[in-house]
Amino acid sequence: MSELHNREVDPVTGHDTTGHDWNGIKELNTPFPKLVIWALVLTFAYSVIAWVLLPAWPLGRDYTRGLWALDQDEEAVTGYRALETGRQGWLARFTESDLEELRADAGLMAAAYPAAQRLFGDNCAACHGTAGQGGPGFPVLADATWLWSGEPAEIALTIRHGINAEDPETRYAEMPSFDWMETGDLEALAQFVAGLRDGTADAGSPAATLFSENCASCHGEGGEGGLGVGAPSLTDQAVIYGQDAATVLETLRHGRQGVMPAWTARLSPAEINLLALYVAGLDTAGDEAGQ
Amino acid sequence: MLRLHYNLERVSMGLVAAIIVAASVGGIVEIAPLFTIDETVEMPADLRPLTPLELAGRGIYIREGCYACHSQMVRSLADEIDRYGPYSLAGESAYDHPMLWGSKRTGPDLARLGSKYSDAWHVAHLLNPRAMVPASIMPAYPWLTETLDTGLLSDSLAALARLGVPYAPEMIAAAEADALAQSRPDSDAAEGFLARYGERPALRSFDADPSRLTELDALVAYLQSLGTQTDAPFGILTERSQ
Repeated sequence: MSELHNREVDPVTGHDTTGHDWNGIKELNTPFPKLVIWALVLTFAYSVIAWVLLPAWPLGRDYTRGLWALDQDEEAVTGYRALETGRQGWLARFTESDLEELRADAGLMAAAYPAAQRLFGDNCAACHGTAGQGGPGFPVLADATWLWSGEPAEIALTIRHGINAEDPETRYAEMPSFDWMETGDLEALAQFVAGLRDGTADAGSPAATLFSENCASCHGEGGEGGLGVGAPSLTDQAVIYGQDAATVLETLRHGRQGVMPAWTARLSPAEINLLALYVAGLDTAGDEAGQ
Repeated sequence: MLRLHYNLERVSMGLVAAIIVAASVGGIVEIAPLFTIDETVEMPADLRPLTPLELAGRGIYIREGCYACHSQMVRSLADEIDRYGPYSLAGESAYDHPMLWGSKRTGPDLARLGSKYSDAWHVAHLLNPRAMVPASIMPAYPWLTETLDTGLLSDSLAALARLGVPYAPEMIAAAEADALAQSRPDSDAAEGFLARYGERPALRSFDADPSRLTELDALVAYLQSLGTQTDAPFGILTERSQ
């Protein structure tokens, strides 16, 4: 219809008007900036190129695969394999079974240390703390006290199969509940166990008899532990749940059965060995840091 | 092209038709694959539905807004596989209504969380995250020690069954009893639970207090089930190990 009007140019802006007239008010016919038009053309052109090169259109049970035939699943798995291969240089050696020999190789341990730290942070630190400092109910790894053993091979076994975990070969340890005992006996026993910690326990008291009848088979006659059944020493102030009389009473009443998950499905054998050596070295690392 | 637009604007119905055509292209590209979803998404043969207790935990997960900070979707990227494990498959969440993939991670992804940590850790961490992870910014959820309301569980199972989740009528009828039984391995009801759900779901007191069924029991049971409903994703890495 523009040909019906005479072309009219607005004197202020220099733009055409639409030719419409609303009581003397006229509308400018401002064209799109050229930059916008070109950006639009470029994005259209890109989308056409992308359709040709990349997976794009759905076709019912299939889709157009594009000339590059990119496959996200393959990219991810190949990329992951490349990451694994990149580590094989030093990680492969950790599949060897002789952990002591690996530990003696200072160069290898230094090369693996950052990876071990990362593995520990990702998998172990949530319970045991970033520096292996433990927490209420979770063992300290950065000291020389062990419920089972501080030998790297034994630590690796614990990491593989866990403790009280859903794993057929898991380590099994249960502090049973003694709530069948009379309250008075329980309280006396709790006092006695709390006293073992600082040597104030009275070996001649009735509670000592209760201890030797009920507790000594796992914790040792003097509560010294170390019998390899996961029962802690009661004389070294390292009981993970605490050893004040109130906490011991709680433990006696309800029992304890701490769980360490099994890691076989999550970590490779080499990673587990590496972690075992890292954990075994945590106490000395702490000493060096001036603990 | 601008000339075409100029002319189209003057024919109002023509403009409407052109807008509908242009807008439907985007819609069709997203919707068309759903018509053949039964054939294109592989259902893992060993996929198990959530137990009533886990389902109640999922409800709490949604109620507390956990999904706002935690995704449940390992992306198909090499680094994600390295950190979390095999990437998530569509079939894994076939029984999730709605799915909780999420896209924003303030906390870590939880798709492979099941049996990574102990129940005791989850309980302590939910009640006070700082006690377990000093640098954590996750809020504490101390009210989860309240007794779990199981009143709606049968209805929830029935609704999911209508959406295609394989809950048998006896599972729907016994939902409340099964929720309690899953946290009491030594009770008589545990046998019924095992008969209906098999050995695969964890059967234990999740919050270490078998005397009471709490919201913690449900949420921890749910968290421990994440990534354990099927082994299918683990095939991604073993099938193409070379």
